[in-house]
Amino acid sequence: MAAASSSSSSAASMGLDFEHEKVPHVLAVDDSFVDRKIIEKLLIKSACKVTTAEDGHGALELLGLADGQQNFANTVSNVNMIITDYCMPGMTGYELLKRVKESPKGKEIPVVVVSSENIPSRIEKCLEEGAEEFLLKPLRQADVKKLKCHLSEFQNLSDEGRICLGR
Amino acid sequence: MEVGQMQRQWVDYTKSLFLEGFLDGQFLQLQQLQDESNPDFVVEVVSLFFEDSEKLLNDLTRALEQPTVDFKRVDAHVHQFKGSSSSIGAQRVKNACIAFRNFCEEKNTEGCVRCVQQVKHEYYLVKSKLETLFALEQQIMAAGGSIPMLELNF
Repeated sequence: MAAASSSSSSAASMGLDFEHEKVPHVLAVDDSFVDRKIIEKLLIKSACKVTTAEDGHGALELLGLADGQQNFANTVSNVNMIITDYCMPGMTGYELLKRVKESPKGKEIPVVVVSSENIPSRIEKCLEEGAEEFLLKPLRQADVKKLKCHLSEFQNLSDEGRICLGR
Repeated sequence: MEVGQMQRQWVDYTKSLFLEGFLDGQFLQLQQLQDESNPDFVVEVVSLFFEDSEKLLNDLTRALEQPTVDFKRVDAHVHQFKGSSSSIGAQRVKNACIAFRNFCEEKNTEGCVRCVQQVKHEYYLVKSKLETLFALEQQIMAAGGSIPMLELNF
Protein backbone atom coordinates (compact mmCIF):
# COMPACT_ATOMS: atom_id res chain seq x y z
CA MET A 1 0.00 0.00 0.00
CA ALA A 2 2.94 2.24 -0.67
CA ALA A 3 2.29 5.62 -2.18
CA ALA A 4 5.42 7.20 -3.46
CA SER A 5 3.74 10.27 -4.84
CA SER A 6 6.25 13.02 -4.58
CA SER A 7 6.49 16.55 -5.67
CA SER A 8 9.69 18.44 -5.98
CA SER A 9 10.11 22.15 -5.77
CA SER A 10 13.28 24.08 -5.57
CA ALA A 11 14.53 27.43 -4.51
CA ALA A 12 15.82 27.87 -8.05
CA SER A 13 12.34 27.70 -9.50
CA MET A 14 11.34 30.45 -7.09
CA GLY A 15 13.86 32.72 -8.73
CA LEU A 16 16.33 32.54 -5.86
CA ASP A 17 19.92 32.43 -6.87
CA PHE A 18 21.63 29.52 -5.07
CA GLU A 19 24.26 27.14 -6.32
CA HIS A 20 22.48 23.84 -6.62
CA GLU A 21 24.86 21.83 -4.44
CA LYS A 22 24.51 24.25 -1.55
CA VAL A 23 20.72 24.15 -1.41
CA PRO A 24 19.67 21.68 1.28
CA HIS A 25 17.38 18.94 0.05
CA VAL A 26 14.68 18.02 2.54
CA LEU A 27 12.33 15.06 2.33
CA ALA A 28 9.05 15.90 4.07
CA VAL A 29 6.73 13.05 5.00
CA ASP A 30 3.14 13.61 6.12
CA ASP A 31 -0.15 11.89 5.35
CA SER A 32 -2.05 15.19 5.50
CA PHE A 33 -2.27 17.03 2.20
CA VAL A 34 -2.75 20.34 4.02
CA ASP A 35 0.35 19.81 6.15
CA ARG A 36 2.45 18.69 3.20
CA LYS A 37 1.61 21.86 1.34
CA ILE A 38 2.48 24.01 4.35
CA ILE A 39 5.76 22.29 5.20
CA GLU A 40 6.77 22.45 1.56
CA LYS A 41 6.18 26.19 1.47
CA LEU A 42 7.93 26.72 4.80
CA LEU A 43 11.00 24.90 3.48
CA ILE A 44 11.02 26.66 0.11
CA LYS A 45 10.79 29.99 1.94
CA SER A 46 13.92 28.91 3.81
CA ALA A 47 15.63 28.24 0.50
CA CYS A 48 15.47 24.45 0.59
CA LYS A 49 14.74 22.01 -2.17
CA VAL A 50 11.77 19.88 -1.12
CA THR A 51 10.53 16.43 -1.98
CA THR A 52 7.35 15.24 -0.27
CA ALA A 53 5.97 11.77 0.45
CA GLU A 54 2.58 10.89 1.82
CA ASP A 55 3.62 7.88 3.84
CA GLY A 56 6.60 6.01 5.29
CA HIS A 57 6.73 3.40 2.53
CA GLY A 58 6.77 6.09 -0.12
CA ALA A 59 9.56 7.87 1.75
CA LEU A 60 11.65 4.69 1.94
CA GLU A 61 11.19 4.10 -1.77
CA LEU A 62 12.30 7.62 -2.56
CA LEU A 63 15.38 7.03 -0.40
CA GLY A 64 16.04 3.68 -2.06
CA LEU A 65 15.65 1.95 1.30
CA ALA A 66 12.44 -0.02 0.78
CA ASP A 67 12.46 -3.78 1.47
CA GLY A 68 13.49 -5.68 -1.59
CA GLN A 69 13.53 -2.55 -3.68
CA GLN A 70 14.45 -3.31 -7.30
CA ASN A 71 13.36 -0.17 -9.06
CA PHE A 72 15.46 2.83 -8.16
CA ALA A 73 14.23 5.04 -10.98
CA ASN A 74 12.20 7.27 -8.68
CA THR A 75 14.74 7.67 -5.93
CA VAL A 76 15.96 11.11 -5.02
CA SER A 77 19.54 11.89 -4.34
CA ASN A 78 21.39 13.80 -1.67
CA VAL A 79 18.69 14.14 0.93
CA ASN A 80 20.15 16.37 3.64
CA MET A 81 17.31 16.03 6.10
CA ILE A 82 14.07 14.14 6.64
CA ILE A 83 11.12 15.75 8.39
CA THR A 84 8.41 13.29 9.24
CA ASP A 85 5.05 13.43 10.95
CA TYR A 86 4.74 10.98 13.83
CA CYS A 87 1.12 9.88 13.40
CA MET A 88 0.69 8.28 10.02
CA PRO A 89 -1.36 5.25 9.02
CA GLY A 90 0.63 2.19 7.97
CA MET A 91 4.09 3.20 9.13
CA THR A 92 4.46 5.76 11.88
CA GLY A 93 7.13 8.43 11.79
CA TYR A 94 8.88 6.55 14.59
CA GLU A 95 9.00 3.38 12.50
CA LEU A 96 10.29 5.35 9.54
CA LEU A 97 12.95 6.90 11.77
CA LYS A 98 14.04 3.41 12.90
CA ARG A 99 14.24 2.10 9.35
CA VAL A 100 16.30 5.07 8.21
CA LYS A 101 18.68 4.87 11.18
CA GLU A 102 19.10 1.10 10.72
CA SER A 103 20.32 1.45 7.15
CA PRO A 104 23.96 2.15 6.35
CA LYS A 105 22.94 4.60 3.65
CA GLY A 106 20.35 6.43 5.67
CA LYS A 107 21.73 6.62 9.19
CA GLU A 108 23.73 9.78 8.57
CA ILE A 109 20.66 11.71 7.45
CA PRO A 110 19.27 13.87 10.27
CA VAL A 111 15.63 12.98 10.94
CA VAL A 112 13.25 15.42 12.57
CA VAL A 113 9.97 14.11 13.94
CA VAL A 114 6.96 16.40 14.21
CA SER A 115 3.75 15.76 16.06
CA SER A 116 0.64 17.63 17.11
CA GLU A 117 0.75 15.84 20.46
CA ASN A 118 3.13 16.72 23.27
CA ILE A 119 3.72 13.29 24.79
CA PRO A 120 7.02 13.07 26.71
CA SER A 121 7.40 9.29 26.31
CA ARG A 122 6.88 9.67 22.55
CA ILE A 123 9.47 12.45 22.37
CA GLU A 124 11.93 10.42 24.45
CA LYS A 125 11.70 7.31 22.34
CA CYS A 126 12.19 9.27 19.12
CA LEU A 127 15.24 11.05 20.47
CA GLU A 128 16.61 7.74 21.77
CA GLU A 129 16.18 6.23 18.34
CA GLY A 130 18.33 9.01 16.93
CA ALA A 131 15.91 11.75 15.92
CA GLU A 132 17.67 15.08 15.62
CA GLU A 133 14.74 17.01 17.01
CA PHE A 134 11.15 16.55 17.95
CA LEU A 135 8.97 19.51 17.08
CA LEU A 136 5.36 20.28 17.84
CA LYS A 137 2.89 21.01 15.07
CA PRO A 138 1.86 23.27 13.62
CA LEU A 139 5.31 24.25 12.41
CA ARG A 140 6.20 27.89 12.06
CA GLN A 141 8.83 29.73 10.08
CA ALA A 142 10.97 30.10 13.21
CA ASP A 143 11.08 26.28 13.58
CA VAL A 144 12.24 25.77 10.02
CA LYS A 145 14.86 28.51 10.29
CA LYS A 146 16.25 26.80 13.38
CA LEU A 147 16.36 23.45 11.58
CA LYS A 148 18.16 25.01 8.67
CA CYS A 149 20.82 26.37 10.97
CA HIS A 150 21.42 22.87 12.34
CA LEU A 151 21.65 21.58 8.80
CA SER A 152 24.24 24.19 7.90
CA GLU A 153 26.38 23.07 10.82
CA PHE A 154 26.29 19.45 9.76
CA GLN A 155 26.63 19.94 6.05
CA ASN A 156 29.02 22.86 6.18
CA LEU A 157 26.79 24.77 3.83
CA SER A 158 27.61 28.38 3.35
CA ASP A 159 24.92 30.40 5.02
CA GLU A 160 26.40 33.66 3.84
CA GLY A 161 27.14 34.97 7.28
CA ARG A 162 23.61 34.62 8.61
CA ILE A 163 23.39 34.07 12.35
CA CYS A 164 21.22 31.31 13.74
CA LEU A 165 19.14 32.90 16.46
CA GLY A 166 17.05 29.83 17.26
CA ARG A 167 13.86 30.26 19.27
CA MET B 1 -16.50 51.09 -3.33
CA GLU B 2 -13.01 52.36 -3.94
CA VAL B 3 -9.91 50.29 -3.28
CA GLY B 4 -8.83 52.07 -0.08
CA GLN B 5 -12.23 51.47 1.45
CA MET B 6 -12.19 47.80 0.45
CA GLN B 7 -8.73 47.39 1.92
CA ARG B 8 -9.83 48.93 5.22
CA GLN B 9 -12.85 46.63 5.20
CA TRP B 10 -10.51 43.68 4.67
CA VAL B 11 -8.29 44.71 7.57
CA ASP B 12 -11.29 45.21 9.88
CA TYR B 13 -12.86 41.92 8.87
CA THR B 14 -9.63 39.98 9.30
CA LYS B 15 -9.02 41.54 12.71
CA SER B 16 -12.54 40.61 13.80
CA LEU B 17 -11.91 36.97 12.85
CA PHE B 18 -8.93 36.94 15.19
CA LEU B 19 -10.63 38.84 17.98
CA GLU B 20 -13.64 36.52 17.85
CA GLY B 21 -11.38 33.49 18.03
CA PHE B 22 -12.23 32.05 14.63
CA LEU B 23 -8.61 32.27 13.58
CA ASP B 24 -5.35 32.14 15.49
CA GLY B 25 -1.69 32.94 14.86
CA GLN B 26 -1.23 29.98 12.57
CA PHE B 27 -3.39 31.71 9.94
CA LEU B 28 -1.00 34.66 10.12
CA GLN B 29 1.87 32.26 9.48
CA LEU B 30 0.12 31.17 6.29
CA GLN B 31 -0.41 34.77 5.19
CA GLN B 32 3.26 35.47 5.80
CA LEU B 33 4.23 32.52 3.62
CA GLN B 34 2.27 33.95 0.71
CA ASP B 35 4.29 36.03 -1.74
CA GLU B 36 4.43 37.11 -5.38
CA SER B 37 5.76 33.74 -6.46
CA ASN B 38 2.70 32.08 -4.91
CA PRO B 39 0.01 34.75 -4.49
CA ASP B 40 -2.79 32.20 -4.00
CA PHE B 41 -1.06 30.14 -1.34
CA VAL B 42 -3.53 30.84 1.46
CA VAL B 43 -6.57 30.19 -0.74
CA GLU B 44 -4.98 26.96 -2.00
CA VAL B 45 -4.20 25.62 1.45
CA VAL B 46 -7.59 26.59 2.83
CA SER B 47 -9.32 25.00 -0.17
CA LEU B 48 -7.45 21.77 0.56
CA PHE B 49 -8.63 22.07 4.13
CA PHE B 50 -12.25 22.48 2.99
CA GLU B 51 -12.01 19.38 0.77
CA ASP B 52 -10.39 17.34 3.53
CA SER B 53 -12.94 18.51 6.06
CA GLU B 54 -16.04 17.65 4.04
CA LYS B 55 -14.74 14.12 3.70
CA LEU B 56 -13.80 13.88 7.36
CA LEU B 57 -17.22 15.11 8.48
CA ASN B 58 -18.93 12.51 6.28
CA ASP B 59 -16.70 9.76 7.63
CA LEU B 60 -17.36 10.89 11.19
CA THR B 61 -21.11 11.01 10.77
CA ARG B 62 -21.17 7.57 9.19
CA ALA B 63 -18.90 6.08 11.84
CA LEU B 64 -21.23 7.29 14.58
CA GLU B 65 -24.27 5.86 12.80
CA GLN B 66 -22.91 2.32 12.99
CA PRO B 67 -24.76 -0.10 15.30
CA THR B 68 -21.50 -0.63 17.15
CA VAL B 69 -19.43 2.51 17.17
CA ASP B 70 -15.71 2.03 16.55
CA PHE B 71 -14.42 4.77 18.87
CA LYS B 72 -10.83 4.26 17.79
CA ARG B 73 -11.81 5.01 14.24
CA VAL B 74 -13.88 8.01 15.27
CA ASP B 75 -10.96 9.29 17.35
CA ALA B 76 -8.59 8.84 14.42
CA HIS B 77 -10.83 11.00 12.22
CA VAL B 78 -11.15 13.66 14.92
CA HIS B 79 -7.38 13.63 15.44
CA GLN B 80 -6.95 14.29 11.73
CA PHE B 81 -9.49 17.07 11.76
CA LYS B 82 -7.87 18.60 14.81
CA GLY B 83 -4.54 18.53 12.98
CA SER B 84 -5.68 20.13 9.78
CA SER B 85 -7.76 22.81 11.48
CA SER B 86 -4.82 23.60 13.73
CA SER B 87 -2.52 23.84 10.72
CA ILE B 88 -4.59 26.53 9.07
CA GLY B 89 -5.39 28.39 12.28
CA ALA B 90 -9.09 27.49 12.52
CA GLN B 91 -9.02 27.81 16.29
CA ARG B 92 -12.65 27.16 17.17
CA VAL B 93 -12.78 24.04 15.02
CA LYS B 94 -9.59 22.81 16.65
CA ASN B 95 -10.99 23.39 20.13
CA ALA B 96 -14.21 21.60 19.24
CA CYS B 97 -12.09 18.64 18.12
CA ILE B 98 -10.15 18.63 21.39
CA ALA B 99 -13.42 18.39 23.35
CA PHE B 100 -14.61 15.69 20.96
CA ARG B 101 -11.59 13.49 21.67
CA ASN B 102 -12.46 13.40 25.36
CA PHE B 103 -15.85 11.86 24.56
CA CYS B 104 -14.17 9.34 22.25
CA GLU B 105 -11.91 8.32 25.09
CA GLU B 106 -14.93 7.86 27.33
CA LYS B 107 -16.67 5.89 24.55
CA ASN B 108 -19.64 8.18 25.02
CA THR B 109 -21.77 7.90 21.87
CA GLU B 110 -24.25 10.59 22.84
CA GLY B 111 -21.43 12.97 23.70
CA CYS B 112 -19.76 12.19 20.41
CA VAL B 113 -22.90 12.82 18.40
CA ARG B 114 -23.27 16.22 20.09
CA CYS B 115 -19.63 16.93 19.32
CA VAL B 116 -20.00 16.17 15.63
CA GLN B 117 -22.78 18.75 15.53
CA GLN B 118 -20.58 21.24 17.34
CA VAL B 119 -17.60 20.62 15.06
CA LYS B 120 -19.81 20.89 11.97
CA HIS B 121 -21.26 24.15 13.28
CA GLU B 122 -17.83 25.66 13.87
CA TYR B 123 -16.51 24.37 10.57
CA TYR B 124 -19.32 25.83 8.47
CA LEU B 125 -19.03 29.11 10.36
CA VAL B 126 -15.33 29.54 9.69
CA LYS B 127 -15.76 28.31 6.13
CA SER B 128 -18.32 31.00 5.45
CA LYS B 129 -16.14 33.66 7.09
CA LEU B 130 -13.07 32.65 5.09
CA GLU B 131 -15.07 32.58 1.86
CA THR B 132 -16.24 36.11 2.60
CA LEU B 133 -12.65 37.15 3.25
CA PHE B 134 -11.41 35.61 0.01
CA ALA B 135 -14.25 37.23 -1.97
CA LEU B 136 -13.20 40.59 -0.56
CA GLU B 137 -9.61 39.86 -1.63
CA GLN B 138 -10.80 39.10 -5.15
CA GLN B 139 -12.66 42.40 -5.28
CA ILE B 140 -9.60 44.31 -4.09
CA MET B 141 -7.36 42.67 -6.67
CA ALA B 142 -9.92 43.08 -9.44
CA ALA B 143 -9.94 46.79 -8.66
CA GLY B 144 -6.17 46.85 -9.07
CA GLY B 145 -5.37 46.97 -5.35
CA SER B 146 -3.25 44.68 -3.22
CA ILE B 147 -3.97 42.83 0.00
CA PRO B 148 -2.65 44.82 2.95
CA MET B 149 -0.02 43.39 5.26
CA LEU B 150 -1.58 42.73 8.65
CA GLU B 151 -0.05 44.37 11.68
CA LEU B 152 0.32 41.94 14.52
CA ASN B 153 -0.32 44.31 17.40
CA PHE B 154 -4.05 44.03 17.92
